[in-house]
Amino acid sequence: VQSGRYKIFLGMAAGVGKTYRMLQEGHAEADAGRDVAIGYLEPHKREETSAQARGLEVVPRRRVAIREVEVEEMDLAGLLARRPELALIDELAHTNAAGSEHEKRYEDIEEVLAAGIDVFSTVNVQHLESLNDQVAELTGVRVRETVPDSVLGTADEVVLVDLTPEALIARLRAGKVYPGENIQAALDNFFKIENLAALREVSLRQVAEDVESKRLVYSEVEAVGTRREEDKVAADAPKAVGERLLALVRPQPSSQRLVRRAWRSAQRLGTGLDLLWVKPPGQPIEGELEDQVSAVRRLASVLGATFLIEEHDDLVAAVAQVVRERNTTYIMVGESKPVRGWARLRERLPQRLMQATPPGVDVRIVAHRGLKEDEK
Amino acid sequence: VIEHFLVGFALILGLALGFLVARRRRGGSDGDAVHHILLPFTGSEISRRAVDAALRLALAEHATLMPAYLARVPKSLPLDCAIPKEADRAMAMLEAIEQRASSQGVPIDARIERGRSYRHALARLLQNEDFDRVVVSATATGTPGLNGDDLVWLLEKAPAEVLILRPGPSDHRVVSVNGHPPAVA
Repeated sequence: VQSGRYKIFLGMAAGVGKTYRMLQEGHAEADAGRDVAIGYLEPHKREETSAQARGLEVVPRRRVAIREVEVEEMDLAGLLARRPELALIDELAHTNAAGSEHEKRYEDIEEVLAAGIDVFSTVNVQHLESLNDQVAELTGVRVRETVPDSVLGTADEVVLVDLTPEALIARLRAGKVYPGENIQAALDNFFKIENLAALREVSLRQVAEDVESKRLVYSEVEAVGTRREEDKVAADAPKAVGERLLALVRPQPSSQRLVRRAWRSAQRLGTGLDLLWVKPPGQPIEGELEDQVSAVRRLASVLGATFLIEEHDDLVAAVAQVVRERNTTYIMVGESKPVRGWARLRERLPQRLMQATPPGVDVRIVAHRGLKEDEK
Repeated sequence: VIEHFLVGFALILGLALGFLVARRRRGGSDGDAVHHILLPFTGSEISRRAVDAALRLALAEHATLMPAYLARVPKSLPLDCAIPKEADRAMAMLEAIEQRASSQGVPIDARIERGRSYRHALARLLQNEDFDRVVVSATATGTPGLNGDDLVWLLEKAPAEVLILRPGPSDHRVVSVNGHPPAVA
């Protein structure tokens, strides 16, 4: 059986209209003559959502007893037996009640897809495992129900349901997200402009990264033809406009200014940062050097940067290799000490880097604050 | 012939002595690098007097100043998680301290240490780093930071000399990045 197509509606927070949009597209598919059924819908007592669901067949929920309480879950067996062409299944990050076939709803969805049924589903960005910590730090709120990022990666389509923070707060105030008694508490806690703006940025970036990763995957699998024709992306298609910074460091205190500058630049560009130390072959990491390597590693961890150690006797070749592997667009190097003697005849590091790396990779030199004093 | 030999010998001797002196100087500066003065701080400002005292000590002893920003990680997050908001503040503070250190020719080896509390971060710092002195400000800067109990704890636990500075009540000068440019001399 050919696996069903998987479409995920991603949002920055509750209330942006993911479920509504999923239902709208469900209706459009039904109007086009397809057999559509709602596998599970969580309208959260929102009138607009409930109204949008009217006219679509709903597979009855299953009641599961937990101790003395009965909860309703999606009836996976019932949905598979009903076998629609397209199933609408809300909230893929949901954790099923004990005793269900799978622990998580996204696992139910995998089974539905495996049966050849197309699935539309929804999720908020803070449920993605890799973003959970980041979102928790940004907003101060941590969600417990997480899903692996690979879930998003396996989707055929990811649709970002976007809304400005101001518009979402207006919807919240109008009682379109939560019932009246919960509105003020929501405004005081999670639904703040700064929280929503940060979440929106994370969501936009997540979708951009997803598009880029799919582009690369499609290019790789094109040769073996495991994707349908319309999914193929030409190998020579221009790369997405995304920056990635690489800072060349040495495990010594003088590199800290470079790391600070690089991190600030990465923050402004909203991109990832790699720190690279090209270690001379055979050099043992012990004593003072070990302490300094450990310090750089801990700093990278604090910043969310990646610390790479490449053992190579040719600095430029090692950097060029890393640049290609990591799709680096921007290299930052520290200012070299003044060269003397025969070394003056040799081309300077930035020029050699620009020649060795792919076209379009920028090289920036960060001034050493203490160098002028050293020269005196 | 003897004259030529003596001149040659003197030249070789001079070169050898020069080489030895240069190597000793280089060795001396490397040796100095192992001495560190730890300057732990929290928040977005630090007493300028504490920074200046640490810099004076570092200058006098040819030591490296190790300003260390202590960051609290909420229990809801893993202790080793990235903390971009805290790091942003730490970076700006460390930059401001480095500016002052640089103007006085004092080398810097900065740190950012995470902990569940400031004391926990300090404990991790004591565990991970080697240093010879600790300079810490007892000034109430208006931001929550190391309290009296933490300083007593530091006196008991730090394997080094501890210098606690308490600037006068009217001395509000700080090195800060909180909404205005870093204070400079």
